[in-house]
Amino acid sequence: MTGLEMDDLLRGLGRELKDLTGILHKIQAECGHISPQAIRRVAEHLNITENELYGVLTFYKAFRLRPRGKHLVTVCQGTSCHVRGGAGVFDEMKKELGVEPGGTTPDRMFSLETVNCLGCCAIGPTVVIDGTYHSRVSAEEVDSLVAECRKRK
Amino acid sequence: MLTHPSQITAWKARILEERPAPKKTAVVSNGTCGRASGSLGIIAALNRELDRRGLRETVGLEVTGCHGFCEIEPNIVILPEGICYGRLKPEDIPAIIETTILKNKVIDRLVYADPKTGRRYALQKDIPFYRKQMRLLTEDNLRIDPDRIEDYILADGYQALAKALFDMTAEEVIREVDAAGLRGRGGAGFPTGKKWQFCRKEIADRRYIICNADEGNPGTYMDRSILVANPHSVIEGMIIGAYAIGAAEGYIYVRMEAPQAVRQVTIARDQARKCGLLGRSILGSEFHFDIQIVEGAGAFVCGEETSLMASIEGRRAVSRQRPPFPAQSGLWGQPTNINNVETWANVPLIVKRGAEWYSQIGTPKSKGTKIFSLVGKIRHGGQVEVPMGIKLREIIYDIGGGIKDGKKFKAVQTGGPAGGFLPAEFLDLAIDYDNLVQAGSTMGSGGMIVVDETTCMVDLARHYMHFTQEESCGKCVPCRVGTRQMHEILVRITRGEGEEEDLARLQELGESIMVASLCGLGQTAPNPVLSTLRHFREEYFDHIRHRKCAAGVCRELLSLSGQDSPRTGRKTNKGQHD
Repeated sequence: MTGLEMDDLLRGLGRELKDLTGILHKIQAECGHISPQAIRRVAEHLNITENELYGVLTFYKAFRLRPRGKHLVTVCQGTSCHVRGGAGVFDEMKKELGVEPGGTTPDRMFSLETVNCLGCCAIGPTVVIDGTYHSRVSAEEVDSLVAECRKRK
Repeated sequence: MLTHPSQITAWKARILEERPAPKKTAVVSNGTCGRASGSLGIIAALNRELDRRGLRETVGLEVTGCHGFCEIEPNIVILPEGICYGRLKPEDIPAIIETTILKNKVIDRLVYADPKTGRRYALQKDIPFYRKQMRLLTEDNLRIDPDRIEDYILADGYQALAKALFDMTAEEVIREVDAAGLRGRGGAGFPTGKKWQFCRKEIADRRYIICNADEGNPGTYMDRSILVANPHSVIEGMIIGAYAIGAAEGYIYVRMEAPQAVRQVTIARDQARKCGLLGRSILGSEFHFDIQIVEGAGAFVCGEETSLMASIEGRRAVSRQRPPFPAQSGLWGQPTNINNVETWANVPLIVKRGAEWYSQIGTPKSKGTKIFSLVGKIRHGGQVEVPMGIKLREIIYDIGGGIKDGKKFKAVQTGGPAGGFLPAEFLDLAIDYDNLVQAGSTMGSGGMIVVDETTCMVDLARHYMHFTQEESCGKCVPCRVGTRQMHEILVRITRGEGEEEDLARLQELGESIMVASLCGLGQTAPNPVLSTLRHFREEYFDHIRHRKCAAGVCRELLSLSGQDSPRTGRKTNKGQHD
């Protein structure tokens, strides 16, 4: 996102501290992450220091400071998924992608994230790939889920 | 735009006139579980088939929120009979239209069959999962497309609001809610009427109300389901509450991991604004109130009220000491009343049908119904709404159908990371706030995670500690450092590196964290560990003395099996705890 585009995006948005998380959500939805340049501009927009903004930003799990890969894989770590075999699915996914949660594969194809509960607990373990929910996932299915995604490019 | 209370009933009559009920309607459950199981494919197939056969005008298609029985998603219900078909594939749709909708015959292979008895149930209301429930808050889910406010009006929506605004004073509304005996559904069970009274009597220029929809307990998803299936019931409850308390501004703080809930509640709020149910002079009265929706950003601690308010204000969501309570000094220092989604959704019901009716449901000290997420190793997982006072056994065996795959019940976890485990001896416990606390657990927001013999309790305790130590906001030392220490000890035990003294350490740490932490997160975080230490101590011993995980979950121990000598050089003092 260029500086001009960023200004456009910020123009319609509030300038109070309470608007901060909403603004960060919008920027992340547009750019996939919050860049240092974005931090600078948002801090100016709200008239707070970059430090202050950084403090809030890093408190929340939702905001990414680095660009993510092309595909986003989220593995649910909720308790119901856990007792239904979610830990095995998670380990398999880490092995398959070769990254730890929060990481992105070197070819920038996949980012792996975890979430504490997605609210479809009765049909877990749940894995979300690019917004599509997969239910009752088994560790054996992980490689085919990823392969399918690779094929889609 | 509604400018007079009588216009609601007139509107309802007009909708009925303009929209004659079709002879048959297929209702698709399209909540989060439904979508994850393929409901969108079912909807597309239904659309295709209805178009192909030219049945658009004569057969209705309703897309609604969750029907509750997540295990059989994707499912549809055919009205008016209430025939329920589950675990559908798009290929099943032509047969359903041909046989059930056009020829009025049930397709046996698609109806639910009880795995225990083999008996088939064609009608939704006959299925054991639904039979013992008391669906008051979730009753209308089948009839409401959350995209359409008209459906809520048809279900007598916003009539409680009209009654409150025009036939009752604010004090009368509070008295009614108090007399009904409604207690906070977020977990603590504080009497709602009293809470409202505290906030109302504070002298201030501005008061706020908040709907806490930051449902973060893993394994718990009733709040987001209410917001997806019937968002107007929550909004109506909030408007009534704002009137009673004297607030002009409200916030709904929704968890971002529930995107469908964010979407539906935003649509509903915008519709309510357009219809004059939010904004200035609601229904032509002198009462003004509006709602803002705030999306969370993935911090569990925001479910704690002081953190939640810090988050709305745009700050780091760290909790603070109480008092002052939010009723005295809350959002931006003003008196603020926070209730959970399910609590707000109960309010229209109480106002509409009266405290006397409401207070007959439940136990002497816990009134009404409660929605539970019944999940884990249960045969029929889903959301169940039951009257307070129902026995645990009835929920798990009669509604939930018992344990999956012929395994044995070991325990049920209630209350999420703040709660505890109840083993088999508690199966005849009548569920209410006080009984659960007495039994060493808590209601929490209503999660019920059933575990069987293939679940390792030490591993599960570790799982919860991992969660709370990660989600601790970090402000107070007992919680920040203590939960981490407890987690490290538990990791050690699950790796076969534990020692018997660890159990006393866990106990002592747990008890100190509970008394010394600043907010509810830390004060309750050790519960799952202490509860497993109480009820499943022998499993800890198995891990420590015999380097054995009977459930076969702790992998490091599996690879150790057969080795007699412990992997670490630590001295174990056998027999100390016998």
